[in-house]
Amino acid sequence: MKEEIIIAGFGGQGVLSMGKILAYSGLMDDKEVTWMPSYGPEQRGGTANVTVILSDEKISSPVLDSYDIVIALNQQSLDKFTPKVKPGGILIYDTNGIHNRPERDDIEIYPIDAMDATLEIGNPKAYNMVVMGALLEAMPYKLPMENVVKGLKKSLPERHHKLIPMNEQAIEKGKTILKK
Amino acid sequence: MKGEVTLMKGNEAVAHAAIRYGFDGYFGYPITPQSEVLETLEALMPWETTGMVVLQAESEVAAINMVYGGAATGKAVMTSSSSPGVSLKQEGISYIAGAMLPALILNVMRGGPGLGTIQPSQADYFQATKGGGHGDYHLIVLAPSTVQEMVDFVGLGKELTFKYRTPAMILADGIVGQMMEKVVLPEQQPRRSDEEVKKQCPWAANGRTGLRKRNVITSLELESSKMEIINHQLQAIYKEIQEKETRWEEIGLDGSDYLIIAFGSVARICDKAREMAAEKGIKAGIIRPITLWPFPSEAIEKAAEGKKGILVVELNAGQMIEDVRLAVHDRIPVKHFGRMGGIIPSPQEIVDALEEKIINA
Repeated sequence: MKEEIIIAGFGGQGVLSMGKILAYSGLMDDKEVTWMPSYGPEQRGGTANVTVILSDEKISSPVLDSYDIVIALNQQSLDKFTPKVKPGGILIYDTNGIHNRPERDDIEIYPIDAMDATLEIGNPKAYNMVVMGALLEAMPYKLPMENVVKGLKKSLPERHHKLIPMNEQAIEKGKTILKK
Repeated sequence: MKGEVTLMKGNEAVAHAAIRYGFDGYFGYPITPQSEVLETLEALMPWETTGMVVLQAESEVAAINMVYGGAATGKAVMTSSSSPGVSLKQEGISYIAGAMLPALILNVMRGGPGLGTIQPSQADYFQATKGGGHGDYHLIVLAPSTVQEMVDFVGLGKELTFKYRTPAMILADGIVGQMMEKVVLPEQQPRRSDEEVKKQCPWAANGRTGLRKRNVITSLELESSKMEIINHQLQAIYKEIQEKETRWEEIGLDGSDYLIIAFGSVARICDKAREMAAEKGIKAGIIRPITLWPFPSEAIEKAAEGKKGILVVELNAGQMIEDVRLAVHDRIPVKHFGRMGGIIPSPQEIVDALEEKIINA
């Protein structure tokens, strides 16, 4: 098992912390993990991205050319990373604010409406966990929910542990919005 | 927490390691991309547990001179900074080397020259391995490629710097400082007692007791004949370090036609490139120097036998390549591929460079 994932969007959408929770969840499931925040000049355009690798084996490069799964949360990221999904890979993108839809027929594409789903559960801060739910549903590697909860516990400071049920709810909601 | 697997940034891991390996003091001044070292130490408050001193100095120059002072008393002391800050420390580092004191310095390199960028770089290779400050001295230079090695090299650096009374430097890049990875922290080691320090460091200026001779710590010796003797002593130590402490990693050398040489996190990007090249039928092996000084020249010379060419990959314009060319006496083509200014090459770029510069050249 090896999943090479990039999560890309605007700063403030919770991209880096979603990556962190994903990495911790993988760690709780006894996987090798790397979490590598964006360090290219692309960050200057206001976008943030993080590469997360989950693997059964030792991970070589934390920096990649192509990905098994791309999660794009704005147009810029979608344009930039759609060509970088491996053939047969997965692209998840939030339709909110997207005017040019991706065109590739050799990958699985999942447009999601994570912003609306977040508003439905009434907590805009849980946006990234709704996206995380969609990812967990789409990802071939099935990360057990109990390890995701452990990952949440590990990555959130103790004073925020009371928010874990709300985050779980957001993840569950995210799992339901995934449609091709 | 012994044995517990956790997820951490390289910089955070260094802070935990400094406490657990029983350091007596850390003196630093914040600079991106390594400010988490000082931040994490302040958050962990080791002065309340192990008694370790953590101090934010007024400048990098002050911090390295605090290290000089602490080291003179036999204490295990360290500092950390990033490239422009490490330049400021060079005078102090030369004095510490000249006074034959143990100290650990971490450089999490960023793109230069000047203030440069805050993104990763390896452009301080020359500075770290060829002197940096003035005079004939060397540092023991360790180049970590994983967060785990960031931890391990704090321990190894401490051991070596005391063993040889030669300052050690961990030369990391912004990638390994900023990325999070699985890490196992060492068990808490106690700090040495005053008695243990006196026993381990009979040269230290930590209070004369009994009838022992006065210990003087200085790098000044105005009489040339004596200064030359001191230089010979230093060179003898460096020779011993070269003989005993050279470290490197070999990846996939058996049956390979080409050699890639890279250090730090870049070696991991090269490892991915090696796998991608193998899918195209290109057989390349990797040597990753772990100690940049002493440089694994003999290992490289041996590995280069029968190879068609060497690609040296660095986040700079070509620095380590000079040592590689010396190691193989230019008997086979040695080419360089580098990105600068904070740009990280992708594995594909490295495969392309191998094809363009070596295979199809």
